[in-house]
Amino acid sequence: MRKVSIALAGAAIAATLAGTSALADGHLEKAVEARNAQMKLYAWNLGMLGGMAKGSVEYDAKKAKQAADNLHALSSLSQQGMWPEGSDNFAMEGKTRALPEIWTTYPAISEKGKALTDAAGALAQVAGNGLDALKAGIGDVGKSCGGCHKQFRAPK
Amino acid sequence: MTGPMRRISIGIVVLGLAAAVAAWFLSAPKQIGAADLPAGKGDPERGATLFAIGGCVSCHAPEGAKGTDKLVLAGGRAFKTEFGTFYAPNISPDPDAGIGRWEPVDFVNAMKYGTSPDGGHFYPAFPYTSYARMQVEDLLDLWAYLTVLPASDRANRPHDIGFPFSIRRAVGFWKLLYLAPEPVVPVGEDLERGRYLVEGPGHCGECHTPRSPIGGPDLARWLGGGPNPDGPGTIPNLTPGGETISGWSEADIAEYLKSGFTPDFDTAGGSMADVVENTSQLDDDDRLAIARYLKALPAVGAAE
Repeated sequence: MRKVSIALAGAAIAATLAGTSALADGHLEKAVEARNAQMKLYAWNLGMLGGMAKGSVEYDAKKAKQAADNLHALSSLSQQGMWPEGSDNFAMEGKTRALPEIWTTYPAISEKGKALTDAAGALAQVAGNGLDALKAGIGDVGKSCGGCHKQFRAPK
Repeated sequence: MTGPMRRISIGIVVLGLAAAVAAWFLSAPKQIGAADLPAGKGDPERGATLFAIGGCVSCHAPEGAKGTDKLVLAGGRAFKTEFGTFYAPNISPDPDAGIGRWEPVDFVNAMKYGTSPDGGHFYPAFPYTSYARMQVEDLLDLWAYLTVLPASDRANRPHDIGFPFSIRRAVGFWKLLYLAPEPVVPVGEDLERGRYLVEGPGHCGECHTPRSPIGGPDLARWLGGGPNPDGPGTIPNLTPGGETISGWSEADIAEYLKSGFTPDFDTAGGSMADVVENTSQLDDDDRLAIARYLKALPAVGAAE
């Protein structure tokens, strides 16, 4: 019995260690995946709005409002933990384009993030009020995207 | 030393001197005189468009400047290269710190020949290899616009360049190899405007064309993309042989230059975000002209 317990305990400890190290190894990659997923959701909703602004999709007030609401909600999500130290493009070359400046100039990035939340919020207010209002609002959203990408993202 | 030996020595000395004299002339900075300029003053309003496509603010505005502060071209931005660090100069109309004492011909010589008013060479970090393709009339318009911008008395920072690149005269030889004002890509009349904007004032080739080991543009791979000078990553291939924008339509490219949005609603990043801020000020026709020229480029494949 005693031997079995020791063996079990040993296995449990080994499993815990393995689990911890698997978590540690995959931790940064998972954070990068979460960030990319967030960006894809931005792009999906922006695609709807941008298609209407460009004229490749017919303007629909209800759909425009929904997409802009989504965008605003997405931009309001907490990204706590999604930007762990060490998940920059020098430490993880080829996996992310996030520049180390995100961490070395913190909290500059959170101000840029707030600019997106504000622009998306403003767009959500007007996106359903006609094509011209949509066109005017989406420009500021694009600028706020560019605000982060300009300073904090490397080319491909 | 007597006879043939002595004659050979003299011959070598004479040849050496001749080579030195030839080298001195070959490396001499080129310039034109004020009499060679077309009559009349430039039009600052037309100059504003050239100022936008030229992206003057991207290099010469103080870093982090916003709104109208960007029009104060005080310089100072650092450009780290494998040859050393270059600092963008003050090109505001301040008479001492900037270029307020320049004559129009000085500006034309700087832009077309990379020659300073005192007859020296500018380093090609200043992209005169592209500006050399600009028309003199356009340069005078641009000059007229620059002279009405606000002045700044911010002093220039000297470049931090190691030997042998610190020998400015040697830039003359570099220019013999790379300073060619001819257009790069042969195109029909309908694509000339786009070619002019891209190859000349837009100086797109300065980042999007790979460079030789001594920093000259590799015209055989024109706009074929290259390593990012600022760190990891690649500057995209703009030709139909590349992956990044070869699937984009003319309208997609024009839209990107206007709003920064790619067809799948990513946005421009890095230095290209600055470029889009500049191209967003052009009119739709010019953005479309750029797009049409890019679609007509000879395809450059992936770099080996």
